[in-house]
Amino acid sequence: MSSDASAAADGIVRFDNVGLRYGSDREVLSDVSFTLYPGSFYFLTGASGAGKTSLLKLLYLAQRPSRGIISMFGNDVITTPRARLPEFRRRIGTVFQDFRLVPHLSAFDNVALPLRIAGLVGEEEIRTHVHDMLEWVGLDHRAEARPETLSGGEQQRVAIARAVIARPEILVADEPTGNVDPDMALRLLRLFESLNRLGTTVVVATHDVHLLRKVPESLIMRLDKGRLADPTGALRYPPRRTVVPAQ
Amino acid sequence: MNRSRTLGAAAARILPQARMGGPMPWVIAIMIALTVIAVAAGLALANLAANARAEIAGGVTVQVVEAIPAARDRQAESALAVLGNRDDVASVRRVGDAELAALLEPWLGEGAGASGAIPTPALIDVRLRGEVTTQRLASLRAALAPVAPSARVDAQAGWLGPVFDTIASLRLLALGLVLLLAATSAAAVWLAARSALGANRDTIEVIHHLGGTDGQIAGMFQRSIALDAVSGGLAGLLAGLAAIMLLGRQFSALGSGLVAGGGLGVTDWLLIVAVPVVGVLLATLTARLTVLAALKRIL
Repeated sequence: MSSDASAAADGIVRFDNVGLRYGSDREVLSDVSFTLYPGSFYFLTGASGAGKTSLLKLLYLAQRPSRGIISMFGNDVITTPRARLPEFRRRIGTVFQDFRLVPHLSAFDNVALPLRIAGLVGEEEIRTHVHDMLEWVGLDHRAEARPETLSGGEQQRVAIARAVIARPEILVADEPTGNVDPDMALRLLRLFESLNRLGTTVVVATHDVHLLRKVPESLIMRLDKGRLADPTGALRYPPRRTVVPAQ
Repeated sequence: MNRSRTLGAAAARILPQARMGGPMPWVIAIMIALTVIAVAAGLALANLAANARAEIAGGVTVQVVEAIPAARDRQAESALAVLGNRDDVASVRRVGDAELAALLEPWLGEGAGASGAIPTPALIDVRLRGEVTTQRLASLRAALAPVAPSARVDAQAGWLGPVFDTIASLRLLALGLVLLLAATSAAAVWLAARSALGANRDTIEVIHHLGGTDGQIAGMFQRSIALDAVSGGLAGLLAGLAAIMLLGRQFSALGSGLVAGGGLGVTDWLLIVAVPVVGVLLATLTARLTVLAALKRIL
């Protein structure tokens, strides 16, 4: 069985007793175990300092754990050579809490970055995709604007457009609706849902409890002092979902 | 279809050129100019040594040091006859009195050598077939001893030995300078690349998180430093060539036979023009290796 087929059967991401500590400090994450299946929608909640950002860092491969096993797309990412990690990262879309837009690039060029890095499509196609995406998040008229000239909400929408433009298999978003008005928040959530229906696994870290109710089929991952609350075992052994294959 | 694994034209926009630019093209220009001058000096010295060696190869000087003019002339004529009959002698000629007086003029004053007031030796210029060896010199001395007991036989190369040693030292110095300048240039590029890495850390992290490979990120820096190196290299080459022309003109004005042998040939000029090309390659490679080494430290 190929590693991708194995991923579909065993989950696209699996954490087994994962622990993370920075330096010699106490663990910020302890014994975290869960499985993400393709097409699942998760909200990650928890108080400030509970370890949400650390867990997301492990998910978007910015950090290796101190202990435990993380498998992603059927590969053990702990032992995967560093040179192979970019190919995994290209399958993950990330919305950072602080947006991390490249300051001297226009909104258009920021959104185009993942496509240019992947190098799978030509400039003409990139132009079409990026304008479509910017139009979707309501920013096509600001395509040439630099991030510093955009409002916080506009920057957030550019960051989201950049995260989803390459149709990632996993979307990891850290407070993606924190700086937008309720209408735009709902609109962005619908974008995530659309991607989710096409098979993208979505993990959204949020404080917004209203958001949790907007996606009825979502599962909630609650972190408390670095430990994942999973009283029913639903996170570790989630029910299977039917996934609509990507067109 | 994989259209491109480099970021192509977009790379130029991802790293702001101004941050990588600044003093770097000027530093490279100065390094290249100095390297061009050092390479030209090394090549000129090599040519000078080679031409001088070729000119005096097989050269032997016979001095008949005899105070009485008649005895001196008799011994010189006998020596000429003996040398002229030897198979290993390619040519032999007695240096004329006028030529000898001209040689001595800078030290003894006008007409002093020709007047006879100061006894000067008779000089015979001999060209042997092949190299001058100790054995061949001994053989010449033995042949001349019966007919010209006052004759002193010396290899011309022996007289210029210290000059050749000095030229060899200067060539080594030029080579050392070239290597030192190359190392300094590499160090300057290393520092610039490290500084650019620091200045663009956030951008690099973003590209890294979006799945950019080390090769793609290093490629952006390479491109940036290569542009600096090309502009700096061209400016350095022009400055270096101007300095070489100026120095060449000064040396040729000396009118010395030895210095005239230090001209540069077509191959030499091609080597000099290759200096900025090597400089650009060295700068690009240094930037790539520096960035790759730094990227290895992040996941």
